[in-house]
Amino acid sequence: MPPGKEKRDMEILKLEHLAWDLPDGAGIIKDIDLSLESGKLIVVTGPNGGGKTTLAKLIAGIETPSSGRLFFEGEEITGLDVSERAKRGIAYAFQQPVRFKGLTVRDLLELASGRALDDAHLCDLLGKVGLCANEYVDRELNASLSGGESKRIEIASVLARRAKLSIFDEPEAGIDLWSFARLVETFQEVRRQKAGTLLIISHQERILSIADEIVVIADGVVRSAGPREELLPTLLADEKSPRCPLGKESARI
Amino acid sequence: MNKITESLLRVVSGFGGTFKGAYNVREDGECAGRQSSENIKIESKKEGPGLVIHVRPGTKGETVYIPACVTHGGVDDLVYNDFYIGEDADVLVVAGCGVHNDESTEARHNGIHRFFLEKGARVLYREKHIGTGTGKGAKRIDPVTDITMAENSYLEMDTVQISGVDSTMRRTTATLAAGARLVVRERLMTTGTEWARSDFDVTLEGEDSGVDLISRSVARGRSRQEFNSCLRGKNRCSGHSECDAILAESGSVVASPSLEAAHVDAALIHEAAIGKIAGEQILKLRTLGLTREEAEERIIQGFLK
Ligand SMILES: Nc1ncnc2c1ncn2[C@@H]1O[C@H](COP(=O)(O)OP(=O)(O)OP(=O)(O)O)[C@@H](O)[C@H]1O
Ligand SMILES: [Mg+2]
Repeated sequence: MPPGKEKRDMEILKLEHLAWDLPDGAGIIKDIDLSLESGKLIVVTGPNGGGKTTLAKLIAGIETPSSGRLFFEGEEITGLDVSERAKRGIAYAFQQPVRFKGLTVRDLLELASGRALDDAHLCDLLGKVGLCANEYVDRELNASLSGGESKRIEIASVLARRAKLSIFDEPEAGIDLWSFARLVETFQEVRRQKAGTLLIISHQERILSIADEIVVIADGVVRSAGPREELLPTLLADEKSPRCPLGKESARI
Repeated sequence: MNKITESLLRVVSGFGGTFKGAYNVREDGECAGRQSSENIKIESKKEGPGLVIHVRPGTKGETVYIPACVTHGGVDDLVYNDFYIGEDADVLVVAGCGVHNDESTEARHNGIHRFFLEKGARVLYREKHIGTGTGKGAKRIDPVTDITMAENSYLEMDTVQISGVDSTMRRTTATLAAGARLVVRERLMTTGTEWARSDFDVTLEGEDSGVDLISRSVARGRSRQEFNSCLRGKNRCSGHSECDAILAESGSVVASPSLEAAHVDAALIHEAAIGKIAGEQILKLRTLGLTREEAEERIIQGFLK
């Protein structure tokens, strides 16, 4: 990547020495440096408890870093709260969807897209996650929705934002094979249409295999990062052995 | 009717200049307009203040409006309205009460409504309460609803009090015969130093009778609420009550649900939850670009919808 201004234009997110500690001082995210290129599909993977969700929350502004800085489109956002970051163009699909009494699927999608949506739009949005709008738009976002249904609605709410940077936290969790296939297509569509940068946290080979870049996070640090072609073969080889993925390449993508 | 009544009616009974169907408007304890229809007769009670409303058997799709307004302090309005709903009738009853007070003395409406549903009758009962005005005098609404349901009748009560009532004591009792079904949806919001109490007492007498009681409330400011419910199953029946309250600022809610079953096949359930708005709900809406305050308002609005 060429140095200077051009590079900054292509860089949507930059993390500098980002760290997040528990109150007892234990480091969960440790001095992470990361730079994401605009328009790419980046997959973050790594062992359970490695710090992926925490990192996503730090980017979305849900957690405040203990130290370090974040830059979005070249501007520092470290001091911005969740709402402000959302307005700048960062969207985050929760790993565990939130339930609401009194909000319907339609309400959520309209809030997400910032305007009233007609049936065709709702159908289009829910179709992206393999749901049929007619059956769901008036459903309340309460415990009556199945796990996979609420997960897919959560993902649709982030797609509805058409954000510059969309973060999906294990979108595959609890989703059936057919909806998952549809979702993978949707992610590829977003990339094809240059409709935003995708940061997808995933353990799924199917998702890893569509990545432009892969970042492996373990024990709060970036273990390796680079183009899919380079990283995926080693990850898959590692998978065969019962160890965690290792490797000490630079964290720069 | 006066201007205040008119604007209260727009809020509590969807008044748009006229009422379509049978109606009676009560203003400061007096009748400010009445009309019966062919199938719905509204008459004054012989003994004491109030109305007797007869809905002819088999009447379908008609509406009767019986709103009441108090428009100034110093009024203590007490009224007894009796509804007789004939066999297989299917009607909408729009009650609703507005109390306006710009003075320093209390303004109060106390409506005692009795419903007698014949076999197979169906009623949708809508009741909306509001208080307005800037006077120091309290605005009080104390409704009593007493429901007697014959075999296979159905009543759905939609009751809402959103703002401005300083003190309310609501009491609803019902007795259900075989196959009768009662659905109550209550929405309550109190702010400032308001106080609200809601009591439900439902007796499931007949076989396969059922009640579903859902109360959602929000207590803001330093307001206080009390919720008491008692479902009594005396036969094979089903009863479900749910009290869900959101606390904001220094609001307080006391919920005392009770269930009494006197039959092995009486299936009675109660659910109660009181707490502030879940932090993750606010967070989710903030990730969609809403501010914290906007998120809270939206969650409360949806909850009370
Ligand atoms: N608030 C917290 N208090 C205590 N420990 C926490 C807290 N938040 C995160 N952790 C710990 O930090 C570590 C990283 O958690 P995180 O959720 O980021 O992992 P993850 O990589 O997303 O894992 P998974 O693949 O299972 O989703 C875990 O060990 C977790 O238990
Ligand atoms: Mg996680």
